[in-house]
Amino acid sequence: MEEDEDMIQKKMMFVMRKAPHGSIYPYEGLEVVLITAAYDQDISMLFIDDGVYSLKNEQNTEGIGIKGFMKTYFALEDYEVEKLYVDNQSLKDRGLSKKDLIDVNLQYFNRDEIKKLMDEQEILFPF
Amino acid sequence: MLHTVNKSPFSHNNLESCLSFAKEKDAILLYEDGVLGAQAGSKLESIIKEALKKHTICALKEDLNARGISKTVGGIKVIGYPEFVDLVVEHKVVPWL
Repeated sequence: MEEDEDMIQKKMMFVMRKAPHGSIYPYEGLEVVLITAAYDQDISMLFIDDGVYSLKNEQNTEGIGIKGFMKTYFALEDYEVEKLYVDNQSLKDRGLSKKDLIDVNLQYFNRDEIKKLMDEQEILFPF
Repeated sequence: MLHTVNKSPFSHNNLESCLSFAKEKDAILLYEDGVLGAQAGSKLESIIKEALKKHTICALKEDLNARGISKTVGGIKVIGYPEFVDLVVEHKVVPWL
């Protein structure tokens, strides 16, 4: 596309900090990530606080009558969204560890490293 | 009395309030995001264990499954929708929304 040359690329981070299924935020956040990815932006997703539950493995939403969106995380790579950051402390606080999360390429960081990552961004979107 | 909690105890103080106002022997039901508090090994485990000495605590199976939680704090009763209905019929309900 011709416009591509003029397109401004921004470093943007989607900060996911709400639990899935109880509210629409994590799902909507994921949708916005997919839409934004179409505009060739430098995207990362940061999972902190209850946001880490979106990455929990073995989610089965059949009993609560909703489709669930866990599988969409496996498609992120195809949209070239490859920077998925997880806060170690948030996992620990919730009694979770790396082996409790879905099998996608996740990078784990401590708080000090996350502060740095957040600081490097031009735009931060809260979900 | 039956106290129902549907918010994550990691991001809201509903469970904390519920526990401080619930009288001894009152039952507590965790559902929707409230079931996140049932996870074994979390930083809230000691609070849940302490609460289990005074209360029956139930967690809704369907909500646990939806969130992939299979390891719950020992003593928490995992129940389904039919038992949920029984609890609501048997008790006066205090919802912590």
